[in-house]
Amino acid sequence: MIAFIIRRLVILPVIILGVTLITYAMFSLLSPAEQLAAYVSSPTQLHGGTAAVERLIHTYGLDRPIWERYLNWLDNIFHGKLGWSTYANMWVSQAIAAYFPATLELAIYSFIPVIIVGIWLGVLSAVKQNTIIDHLTRIMAILGWGFPSFVLAIFLILIFFGILGWFPPGRLSTWADLVVSNLTSFHFIRYTGLNTIDGILNWRWDITWNAFRHLVGPVFTISFLEWAILLRVMRASMLEVLRQDYVRTARAKGLPERVVIKKHARRNALISAVTVGGLLVLGFFTGGAITETVYNYRGLGYFFVFSATQLDSAAIMGTALVISGGVVLTNLIVDVLYAIIDPRVRLE
Amino acid sequence: MKFIKPHRRTHLRTARPKPQGVFTSRASAYRLRQFQDYLARRRRGLRWLSQRVRRSPLAIIGLVLVLFFSFVALAAPWLAPPPSGARNPYMIPRASFRPYPEPPESAAWRSFPPDWHKHPLGLTGDQYDIYYGIIWGTRTAFRVGFEVTFSIVFVGVLLGALAGFFGKRIDNLIMRVVDIFLSLPALIGAIVLVSFMGKGLNSVIIAFIVFGWPFYARLTRGEVLRVKEVDYVNAARASGASNLRIIFRHILPNAISPVVAAATLDIGSQMVGVATLSFLGLGSPEGYADWGQLASFARNWIVGSAGDPTQYWYVIAFPGIALLLFVLSFALLGDAFQEILDPRMRGEGR
Repeated sequence: MIAFIIRRLVILPVIILGVTLITYAMFSLLSPAEQLAAYVSSPTQLHGGTAAVERLIHTYGLDRPIWERYLNWLDNIFHGKLGWSTYANMWVSQAIAAYFPATLELAIYSFIPVIIVGIWLGVLSAVKQNTIIDHLTRIMAILGWGFPSFVLAIFLILIFFGILGWFPPGRLSTWADLVVSNLTSFHFIRYTGLNTIDGILNWRWDITWNAFRHLVGPVFTISFLEWAILLRVMRASMLEVLRQDYVRTARAKGLPERVVIKKHARRNALISAVTVGGLLVLGFFTGGAITETVYNYRGLGYFFVFSATQLDSAAIMGTALVISGGVVLTNLIVDVLYAIIDPRVRLE
Repeated sequence: MKFIKPHRRTHLRTARPKPQGVFTSRASAYRLRQFQDYLARRRRGLRWLSQRVRRSPLAIIGLVLVLFFSFVALAAPWLAPPPSGARNPYMIPRASFRPYPEPPESAAWRSFPPDWHKHPLGLTGDQYDIYYGIIWGTRTAFRVGFEVTFSIVFVGVLLGALAGFFGKRIDNLIMRVVDIFLSLPALIGAIVLVSFMGKGLNSVIIAFIVFGWPFYARLTRGEVLRVKEVDYVNAARASGASNLRIIFRHILPNAISPVVAAATLDIGSQMVGVATLSFLGLGSPEGYADWGQLASFARNWIVGSAGDPTQYWYVIAFPGIALLLFVLSFALLGDAFQEILDPRMRGEGR
């Protein structure tokens, strides 16, 4: 058990180093002058024309061989210097810290429906295999799996904002945004950065309500795309478990079907559902980036996409590193969890 | 594992058949019979697959949709003839340079194929013709989906098979690289690569290939590990077959079916990935027949005027439906393949 975890921890730095290597390799496709944009923090530094650019290229070592540049950059990264974001007009680390709570809030609220609905429908679909319920669930899963997130988001905005006027895009309405950023007479304290929770803590229920209304659209979009993953795995593993001998034994000793399903089958099927945890997080970042962009929901994904379209290289690399760090961390947690739940894995 | 090959081994072959008819050489007759056996086996396999597909209504829907899209792609010059003097038929013609969309005109549908000059499915925000874009965009969709999927399956299967077969150091090396690539979500990695490589459809395709193959490498490796120690592989090894021959003749054919199912499913979703980047403005140049880009025109025209919120429904509805149906068609087919090829998923008593 311990050995397994240690082995995982040993691989971890290798993977993180590999990700930085890939990221920097992609970055080095740019010319030195373009790369410079990731180092320069104000336009005044560029005063002086070509000579100044040449000098800066030399100062930042951009004319050195690639491995030397990579090591320099790596050194900066480990000291927390991710560079200057021209798009956000602040340091990349500041920008990420500013945008992160929004994405975290989205993630928390998206995972609740995904897990509940995914597990419930997966079990239902397996128990009633090849009935109309199973077919409908599978169609829904395929739809969720295949629906391009940007199309779904636009359809939802058209229906729930355009026609019904319930769930507006954005993160907060203008008046609420003013309150939250302390531009009104009300003294709003940011405890967590999550609007829904800060609203309650400041006893401003109208802010919480407003934040929830803005969250419904993106949350629904992301979870609709995500629960297909969980549902498919849950259905497959449930089908396998239901054919095991211990389930037959449970039935044979006369247990009611409800107990057999809930206590004997579902619990064991849940073990392999843990493995998709990493996939879900991966899907969240992918779907989240698009969803945030379409909904104008200012989170990490939104920041990433907009810096990518404007070639804000420092921001692109910084955000990509943070995202892959999140993925690596989740995979680690999932692996360890899996090893704790399922003793067979440890013997690998 | 290293096997010592006997210096000279006895051949364990049955007598070759007597030459018949036009075949004068015994060897060619033997080859012919081998080939006929092979064809018969193939035919039996295909018949079995087609029976399974026919029994599943979802797979039939998928197949019909795929055929429909293939028809649209092939018949594009007839369904939407490019304007005379157009240099590139993939560039969507603009009705005018006015900035607002125009609704579909039912008069255009009186003849078939409809006359796109009368904009049968309406015009986007910059007056690009939606009908023309969707018809020619089908070709883009197929091209993108197949190019990306074939490349990543090729690379992934090759590396996965190597890792699974040789094990040890090679396996460790390849799988760590796979782990590294997998910790950067494909779409995120593709966005990074495209923004540094320069926008354009080709760089998007390259980016998705770079970040797509690890999935197949992992899948193939798992399957190869499963098949590797089976008796017939050991038999082939004992009879002195080379490593390459064992991989390509004995292991891969028995390990490939989950990969095929996953790849079928993937054609649609890789297309959507590329379309997503076009939607964000990183893909095809403006005006190129690409569904993702067509959908991006809708971003400024989602909600209509105060009295009529669904005024511009057609700007998103048609590209959106095209995208959805295309993914769905391959998803349904792939899902059916998975169900058929994976014995665990089969119902009891079937």
